[in-house]
Amino acid sequence: MKKIEAIIQPFKLEPVKEALKTIGIDGMTITEVRGHGRQKGHKEVYRGQEYNVDLLPKMKLELVVADARLDEVLRTLTSAARTGKIGDGKVFVYDVAEAIRIRNDDRGEAAL
Amino acid sequence: MKFLTLLVFAGAAMAQTPQSQSIEARLTALDSAVKSAQSAGDNAWMLMSAALVLMMTGPGLALFYGGLVRRKNVLGTMMQSFILMAVITALWAVVGYSLVFAEGNPVVGDLRYAFLRGVGIAPNADYAATIPQQTFMVYQLMFAIITPALISGAFAERMKFSAMLLFTVLWALIVYFPMAHMVWGKGGLLSASLGGKIPCFDFAGGTVVHITSGVSALVCALYLGKRVGYPHEQMKPHSVVLSVIGACLLWVGWFGFNAGSALAASGLATSAFVATHFGAAAATLGWMLAEWIRTGKPSVLGAISGCVAGLVAITPASGFVQPFPALLIGFLAGIVCYYMATLVKHQFGYDDSLDAFGVHGAGGTLGAILTGLFATSAINDSFKDSAGKTLALGWVDGNPGQVLNQAIGTAVAWGLAIVGTLIVLKICDAMIGVRVDEEHEITGLDLSMHGEEGYFFES
Repeated sequence: MKKIEAIIQPFKLEPVKEALKTIGIDGMTITEVRGHGRQKGHKEVYRGQEYNVDLLPKMKLELVVADARLDEVLRTLTSAARTGKIGDGKVFVYDVAEAIRIRNDDRGEAAL
Repeated sequence: MKFLTLLVFAGAAMAQTPQSQSIEARLTALDSAVKSAQSAGDNAWMLMSAALVLMMTGPGLALFYGGLVRRKNVLGTMMQSFILMAVITALWAVVGYSLVFAEGNPVVGDLRYAFLRGVGIAPNADYAATIPQQTFMVYQLMFAIITPALISGAFAERMKFSAMLLFTVLWALIVYFPMAHMVWGKGGLLSASLGGKIPCFDFAGGTVVHITSGVSALVCALYLGKRVGYPHEQMKPHSVVLSVIGACLLWVGWFGFNAGSALAASGLATSAFVATHFGAAAATLGWMLAEWIRTGKPSVLGAISGCVAGLVAITPASGFVQPFPALLIGFLAGIVCYYMATLVKHQFGYDDSLDAFGVHGAGGTLGAILTGLFATSAINDSFKDSAGKTLALGWVDGNPGQVLNQAIGTAVAWGLAIVGTLIVLKICDAMIGVRVDEEHEITGLDLSMHGEEGYFFES
């Protein structure tokens, strides 16, 4: 099993969710995060005081998929999340040691 | 014959015919009814105005200031306004009203009205002949509440709650009550209509409320020192949304503050209402324009700050000036206060966190001086000489000397604020310490002073 961690633009959340749903992937965890890579932040001014805001709002998606489905999911996710501009985000993939469905103690890929 | 005539006359004098008796009685009753109606109108307006002014503190100022601080201090900041609604009320009832409005000496009143003795439904003709004295008392109380609340803008995010309570009580006694007495009390040094040696025109509190609180704010900011991390750490307002709501409540409430200072539902109240509104509008535009030109973007925070600056500046002038001078006063205030809160503050480096000095101190000073320029008997003809002739008021009336009087009143306010606030700060610091520990400042006042969080969306 693999865990996919994707940091994407907030306005791409709905398109990505829809695209994943189309290939049968519904379960995921979503967090609002802040961060940046190469994207520059912006400047805000409050009563003459300048503030550099370089922590930009992003969405983090976490989902665990069976090994066999990994490539398909990555392709679907990245093409739905892409605009082609700096700030699109990044995806990381990790190995998963175990998965458990709490309700009925299903284990491994059956729990996904 | 003479006796008969005498008898007839006596008879006529002592026993009127039913017809003429009812006309006399009816005229008296009519006269009484008219006075009653006027009183009813005046009292209704004044009670409403008192409520509007209280609303300016809670939630107006609480929201305005609350939105401007960091999230960890939102409750502490709102509390600094809210709690004064309680504290000042108690102080006012016990001695405050008396120290301001009892005759006493030119600097402060005596204690004849302590515990509101004698302050009932009967009017006090020295101040407002058509409304109960209690209405007048409770209206003025709302001014006494908001004035120290304004100062909290300067020591935001770093003053101990207990010290703020003590500070407020002492400051009211040493600075506010004497200043209010001097300008509005009978026999006050600066009183315009009740025997002041240096008549100063301050319709609703430009000197009494805004200069005293604004200048005191500067003293507090300098004494307490900068916030930990200022100016290099980011300290953005956590919710300009709250501040916008607060500013709108202030604008509406200010009609009670200024128009209510006419102390009657009169034409003068109307003039003050219009002048107030025009001043606010013009100042909003002035600040927005200045900021747009200087930074390229008109901020919402700037617009609402401009509006408050205009309201401050028009306060002393509101019952004295025509509508177009009101626009001018507002516009100038918007521009001047913009520069005070941005350029000047950063140049000198003091941490007047919420620009209490930049807006109230500077705006109040500007407004007080401009009142001397634009005050006219065409708006306010209540000032008469001993022969009953209406007096010329300001420069536009041909009395340029009034500007000097305004300057003196302003100087008195500045002096009293500086000296009084320093004394009070020193006392508070010696007794309990005014500034929070650095650890508490970093944790935030909400948790460290009150054991609470403003927002807890997870629950």
